[in-house]
Amino acid sequence: MIQLQRVSKRYPNGREALANVSFFVDRGEMVFVTGRSGAGKSTLLKLIALLERPTRGTVNVNGRNIGALKARHIPAFRRQIGVVFQDHKLLVDRPVFDNVALPLVVAGAPFPEIGKRVRAALDQVGLLGKERMLPMELSVGEQQRVGIARAVAGKPTLIVADEPTGNLDPELSIEVMRLFRRFSHVGVTVLVATHDKHIVREFGGREIVLDSGEMRGGDPDPLPPLVAHR
Amino acid sequence: MSPATLATRHVQALLGALGRLARSPLATVFTLLVIGLALTLPAALGLLLTNAEAATGGFVQAVDMSVYLKPGVSLQQAQRLAERARTIPGVKNVRVISAAQGLREFRKYSGFGAALDALRSNPLPNVLHIVPQPAASSAVDLERLRRDLAAWPAVDMVQLDAQWALRFNAILGVLRRLVSTAAVLLGAGVLAVVGNTIRLEILNRRAEIEVTKLVGGSNAFVRRPFLYTGMLYGLGGAVLAWLMLEAVLIGLTGPVARLAQLYGSGFVLRGLTGRQCGVLFGGGLALGWLGAWISAHRHLRSIEPRA
Repeated sequence: MIQLQRVSKRYPNGREALANVSFFVDRGEMVFVTGRSGAGKSTLLKLIALLERPTRGTVNVNGRNIGALKARHIPAFRRQIGVVFQDHKLLVDRPVFDNVALPLVVAGAPFPEIGKRVRAALDQVGLLGKERMLPMELSVGEQQRVGIARAVAGKPTLIVADEPTGNLDPELSIEVMRLFRRFSHVGVTVLVATHDKHIVREFGGREIVLDSGEMRGGDPDPLPPLVAHR
Repeated sequence: MSPATLATRHVQALLGALGRLARSPLATVFTLLVIGLALTLPAALGLLLTNAEAATGGFVQAVDMSVYLKPGVSLQQAQRLAERARTIPGVKNVRVISAAQGLREFRKYSGFGAALDALRSNPLPNVLHIVPQPAASSAVDLERLRRDLAAWPAVDMVQLDAQWALRFNAILGVLRRLVSTAAVLLGAGVLAVVGNTIRLEILNRRAEIEVTKLVGGSNAFVRRPFLYTGMLYGLGGAVLAWLMLEAVLIGLTGPVARLAQLYGSGFVLRGLTGRQCGVLFGGGLALGWLGAWISAHRHLRSIEPRA
């Protein structure tokens, strides 16, 4: 599903955010990316969501080297993945429904289906009654969940979440992670960047630890396992 | 994406654009006013041109030729020549003025009555008076007709009484060029106004564009509402220009009627024809679309999502 091979990212200002990172994530796996802030977690997710391109190395998603993707193919690629941001990136002047519907609208889904899938997504995050509210009328935790609903509404095969629980209390954090786990159980690959060690311990999933842009104790062999994919 | 879904998306983009324009009425009205004024000037010049052509339509018919036959040509021969002249394409009417008739008229209008009485014979030749079709009254057409007639053996000389008509046609030609020049210059002005307005709107909605691209919105999807906004500006400006022209026409009708009356003419000021309205509205729409497209193409590419 996701395969990084000797990936490095150096920003134009000269900062080396990632150095020689390699790993493989299987379909339906839920993997945590941990490390201190500034360790390169966000950069890693940005490379996978194609918000940045690697300086060296290759990033394969769904068997495709996305670093070489042409600009006109980027929108179609982004529709296959759901991205959750710490600052949720919602449209503050649009109601919850419109925010969650946006990925479906840009994908050209027919209206009845949009309504169904938006409500299903909001139901999954427990916000079904708040479709007509503006993001500012919601609590921070609810806003975060709207962002998650938007990420899953398009039924992506991969969800990438950057500190999705950064603004949530422990209980809500656990709830959000359970949500992600449920998605992974139905075959969605989930990659979560977090600095919250408790969460990782609680869920006990695989962990990719970054330290100053380098992997600590990561897979020495970046090649996929030879067993059949789920 | 199915055609029905695509059509729905377009309707949605159009309604969204309308809604956004309606939400800032003052800014919208000022932009429309600028575009409307820019479109009014060439349209008004065009209207001046069509009205000038209509007002002088009667004069163009007054373009005529006097074909003086050689002295020995008899009246019967003159009648036959007139028949032949009528078959020439572009000739509307041919009248034979016999030598006797010519002498009578000359006696009556010239005041040389007594002197003419002293002549023993009529010195005037038979004359063909030729009126060309209005459609064949350009300088080139008239000159060709004159040369053709002058080549006939029985013809002594052809006098073209049309210098002033040709000058007037040349003036109309200048006016026509002025209309197209003004249309090009002010059309470029409309492009600039729409382009700049769309640029500001794109900058205002930067966050929204970023998020839309983030969830996989293509450039075409992001651009669409701006193109509709541009088209609405263009079309709205054209409608405004049309209204302003109609208002000007209403104001001018009285004075023009008085002027026409003094000249003994029943001339009535004309408004834009259906075809001219089509050109105005279509032109406004196209300019709005193009201005928005250029602006969107330039500015949307630079907005990429940052996380």
